[in-house]
Amino acid sequence: MKIELVYFGRPGERLNVSRETVDVPEGLTTLAGLMAWLRTRGEKWEHELADNRVRCSINQEFSGLAASIKEHDEIAIFSPISGG
Amino acid sequence: MSVSIQENDFDVAYELAALRSSSSKVGALVSFVGLVRDFSNDGKIENIFLEHYPGMTEKALNKIIQEATDRWNLLGTCVIHRVGALLPNDQIVLVATAALHRGEAFAGCEFIIDYLKTAAPFWKKEQTGQGARWLETRDSDVQRMEHWRSQAKGKST
Repeated sequence: MKIELVYFGRPGERLNVSRETVDVPEGLTTLAGLMAWLRTRGEKWEHELADNRVRCSINQEFSGLAASIKEHDEIAIFSPISGG
Repeated sequence: MSVSIQENDFDVAYELAALRSSSSKVGALVSFVGLVRDFSNDGKIENIFLEHYPGMTEKALNKIIQEATDRWNLLGTCVIHRVGALLPNDQIVLVATAALHRGEAFAGCEFIIDYLKTAAPFWKKEQTGQGARWLETRDSDVQRMEHWRSQAKGKST
């Protein structure tokens, strides 16, 4: 299943990535699962994508970790927002 | 209503004049301008960098403005938020509201800037002598949004 990932704020900078397409393993159906899978990429990922450090959106709507993901979703991973 | 996310600076007088002329019913104009401070917990700020999520940020701002417009019968709104590299004393954000009376214009303006802080995807990085740091949503901003939410609930019951 192919998914578009975009990164903003701290994780984007620290992991040096702004956008990528990933092919997630079968059976991975939630945001929590996706994040756990991404954390297996290494220590840096494990640290930057810890549940309490990042927030997510699916197709440009803020989403909690229990949310379902599907093929071609655009999932954004970012640090807590700070505008204004 | 107009929303703009831009690197360029804005002219408050020009924007207010445009808002004023949008309707002859306008009896009150309120504006809020957010600026880059030159101090933080880490010391003197050298510069800040602002990032947004093209598409989602505009969508979130439009939703916030629509809610404010419905709640206080705003006759017009203008929101401009800058992104990119900014220096102390630079303007970051303009929120302006036009309404029949000042009460609605004040409340609508305050609501929009409070909601923007917690619901519009922007990310701010501060550069000080101690290094760079990404700021996070402040508890006090979350509390202000919850205050507006509870007021809305109170209204509907």
